Amino acid sequence: MAPVSYMMSRVRRRFFLPGLLLLTSLSPLPAAPAVDAVSDSIAVLQAARPGGSGSVANQQAAAVLVQHGEAAVLPILNAFRQASPVGANWLRNAFEQIDADLTAANKPLSAKVLEGFIADTGNSPTARRLAYESLRRQDPEVEGRLIPGLLLDPSPEFRRDAVSLLITAAAAAEGPVAVEMYRKAFSGAVHEDQVKLISEALRKAGETVDISRHFGFVSSWMIAGPFDNRDEKGFAVAYAPETEIASGGPDLSHEYDGMDARKVSWKPIETTDDFGVVDIAKQIENYKGSAMYATAVWTSSAAQTLQVRLGTPNAWKLWVNGKLVFEREEYHRSSQMDQYAVPISLQAGRNSIALKICQNEQTQDWAQKYQYQLRICDTTGAGVLPAAATAAVQTSGEVK
Amino acid sequence: MNMLSIQSSAACCGLLLLSFSLIPAGHSSAGDWRQFRGNAADSVAAGESLPTELSGSTIAWKAELPGRGLSGPIIVENRVFLSASSGYAQDRLHVLCFDTAAGQKLWEREFQASGRTWTHEKMSNATPTMAADDQRVFAFFSSNDLICLDLEGRLLWYRGFGSEYPNASNSLGMSSSPVVVGSTVVVQVESDAEAFACGVDTVSGETRWTIERPRAANWTSPTILPATDKQPALVLLQSSKGLTAVNPETGAVTWQFDKGASTIPSATVAGGAVVIPSNGLTAVRPGESGLDQLWNSGSLSPATASPVAVGGLALVLNSSGVLNAGNMENGERLWQLRLRGLFSSTPIAANGYLYAFNEAGVAFVVRPEQDKGTIISELDLGEIILCSPGAANGAIYVRSDQHLIKLASP
Repeated sequence: MAPVSYMMSRVRRRFFLPGLLLLTSLSPLPAAPAVDAVSDSIAVLQAARPGGSGSVANQQAAAVLVQHGEAAVLPILNAFRQASPVGANWLRNAFEQIDADLTAANKPLSAKVLEGFIADTGNSPTARRLAYESLRRQDPEVEGRLIPGLLLDPSPEFRRDAVSLLITAAAAAEGPVAVEMYRKAFSGAVHEDQVKLISEALRKAGETVDISRHFGFVSSWMIAGPFDNRDEKGFAVAYAPETEIASGGPDLSHEYDGMDARKVSWKPIETTDDFGVVDIAKQIENYKGSAMYATAVWTSSAAQTLQVRLGTPNAWKLWVNGKLVFEREEYHRSSQMDQYAVPISLQAGRNSIALKICQNEQTQDWAQKYQYQLRICDTTGAGVLPAAATAAVQTSGEVK
Repeated sequence: MNMLSIQSSAACCGLLLLSFSLIPAGHSSAGDWRQFRGNAADSVAAGESLPTELSGSTIAWKAELPGRGLSGPIIVENRVFLSASSGYAQDRLHVLCFDTAAGQKLWEREFQASGRTWTHEKMSNATPTMAADDQRVFAFFSSNDLICLDLEGRLLWYRGFGSEYPNASNSLGMSSSPVVVGSTVVVQVESDAEAFACGVDTVSGETRWTIERPRAANWTSPTILPATDKQPALVLLQSSKGLTAVNPETGAVTWQFDKGASTIPSATVAGGAVVIPSNGLTAVRPGESGLDQLWNSGSLSPATASPVAVGGLALVLNSSGVLNAGNMENGERLWQLRLRGLFSSTPIAANGYLYAFNEAGVAFVVRPEQDKGTIISELDLGEIILCSPGAANGAIYVRSDQHLIKLASP
C-alpha cells in the first residue's frame, strides 16, 4: 500500500481506481496532510450526484473523514453549504459515524463547537439541525436554551420547535398574555398545522388573522377557459393563451375559441379562502374534460430565487415569465397545501406567473375537484409578499 | 392452451393430498428474511417453526421507533433492519438496525429525502420494505431515494430517483418495494405522470438497465420467478396492463401477461406457477411455448394484501377481512374464514400456518387445510399494523409506527 500522505495528495485520481484500498484498513493519518485529506474528501462528497456513479470514490472519501474523527466534524458541517443534495447525505453519514464512534467511546463531540455552529445562521440549516440533534443527545437542556431564539430561523425545523414551545406556553396562559404569545408564534410559523392551530386560538380570542397573507398566497388572478381536455388530450395542446404565455405573457384583452365553440376571454377571479384556494368548480363551473389558464403579476423588490408552492388535484403546467418551469399530468391523487415546491427565479419588478389547470372526465365523487392554491415563499416556507402588495390592480391580475 | 386440459383428475387429487409444508424451490430458507415477502418474495418462510399460540408471553421485545413507517422488517443473520420517516414533511429518512436477541438498537442512520415526500395520511414516506443481500441493505422510500448501506451503517451508494425522474411520484404516495436478484436490485417506480423500472448494480449503485413502464399509478411490488434449468430467474413487474417478466440482469422482457392486473396487491409464485391479482385471481404457467393460463377465479379477489400460494392453496384476504382459500390446481374456492377488520399487511406462511395481522393490530394464526381454515390463536398488539411481517429463526417481526415487535416462543 502506498504511503497515506501520497494517496491523500492524489485523492481525486485515486478515488476512481477501484479496489485500491480497503476502507477499514487505513493507516493512522499523519498530522501534516490531514487538512488536505479532509478537504479533498469533502470536495469529493460535495460533488456526489444522484445517478450512482462514483460510489467507490465516495465510500473512500467518507472513510477518510471517519478516520479523522472529531477533527473532521466541523469541516463536514461547514461543507453542507456547498454540497449537492446527495452529497449532503454522504456528509451526514460520515458525521453520524463519527458521532456514534465518539459517543461509544464516551468522548462526545465538543458541545462548544456544536453550539457555536448552530448559532451561526449563515451555516446550512440541515447541518445546524444535525449539530443540534447531536448536542441534544448529550445535553437535553439545550432545547430550552437555544430553541426560543430560533423563531425566525432559516431552518423550518428550528422554527417549528420554537413555535411549538410558544403554543404550549400560550395554551397555559390566558387573556392578552396568551394572545401575545400566539401572535409571536404566528410570526414564525411556516407549517399549515401550526398556523391553523394558532389562528383558531386567536380568532377565538376575537383577533383578526390573515392566513392567506401570512403564507403569501396569490389570491387575485385573471382566468380564461374552458378549453378542450376531453380524453385528457388537452394537456399537451398549446391553446392560444398558452402560446401567448410562452411568448412572454398573455394579452388580457384577447378573446379565444374555447371548448364547444365558446368564445372565452380573460376574467378576474379572486379568492378569499384562508389558504388561497381558487375553486374553479364552484366559482366558475366544473367543466368536465377542460383546461383553464390563469395568470397573475407578482412584483419583486429584487432579482431573487424563491419557491412556488402549489396544491391541486388536477394536471397542471406552471410558467414564470413565459418559461415553463414544471408540468405534471396527474389527476385526482389528492390535493394539499404545498403539494409541489418549485424553485423559481424572479426578476426585479413585474413577474408573470401563469398556470394551466386541467380537469378530466372521471365521474367518482372524489374526482370532482377543479381547483388550485398557489403561494410564493422562501425555502423555509415563510410567505413572501410582492413589493406591490398594497397596490392591487384587479383587472390585470395584479397580486393583492 | 389451458394447462388444466392436460391434467388428469387423479393428478389433481394427488396434488391436493400433498403436505402443506412442502417447500417449493426458491422459498426463504430459515435464517434470513431479506425483502418484502421474504427471500423469494413469495410470503413463505420455509423451514421456519414460528409460535402458533400467540399470547402476551410471545412478545419477546418491543423496540421504540422514530417517526412513521409502513415498511416491513427484514432480517439478515442476527440483525433486523427497518426504515422510517419523520419530520413535518416526512422528509427525514431513517434506516435502523436492531439485534434480534434483545431488540437493542445497534445503529441508526438518517438521510434527507431528495424527492417528493407527501403521502396520503395512511401512508408514509417509509412505505416500501427494505431489501438486502448478505452484505448490504437497500432502503427505498416513497420519495424514490434508494440508499445502500453495509451492515454496519456505512453508506455505500445513494440514488436520488426523485431528482433523476422528478415527475415519477404519486400524490398519494409510492409503495413498491425493491427486490434483489443476484447482484441487481430492481425498483419499480410507476405513477400517472412518469413511470419506469430499473435494475441497479448492488455493488456500484449504477443503473444496469431502465425500461419505460405504463404511465399509471401503481403500488405493486416486483415478484421473483425462480430460475429453472431452462431460464434464469425473472423479475415480474405488475401494472394495470398485466404482468411483464424481465431478466433482472439486462432488463430484457421475456414474456408478458396482458389481461390486466390490480395496482395494489402483487402477484406471487408457487411451484413455477404465477398467481396474479387479475380479474379476481388468475394463475398462469410460463412454458416453452408461451404463457399458459391455468385458471381464473372471480371469487378469489385480493384487496390490499397480496395472495399467498402454499400447500396447494391460494390464500386471499378480501376487502371484508375474509380469508378465502382456493384450489391451486383449478382456482375453485374451497372455503372461507372470517377474520376481523381490514388488512393492509400481506400474511406469511410457515410450517403449515398462516400469520395475518389486521390494521387494528390483531395477529391471527390460522391453520389452512384443504377443507377448512381454523383460527389457532389471536393476539391483540394494540397498535396499528399496516406492514407485512418478517420471519426468521423461529421469530416473527412486525412493526407499527411506534414499535418494532418480536414474537417468539418464550
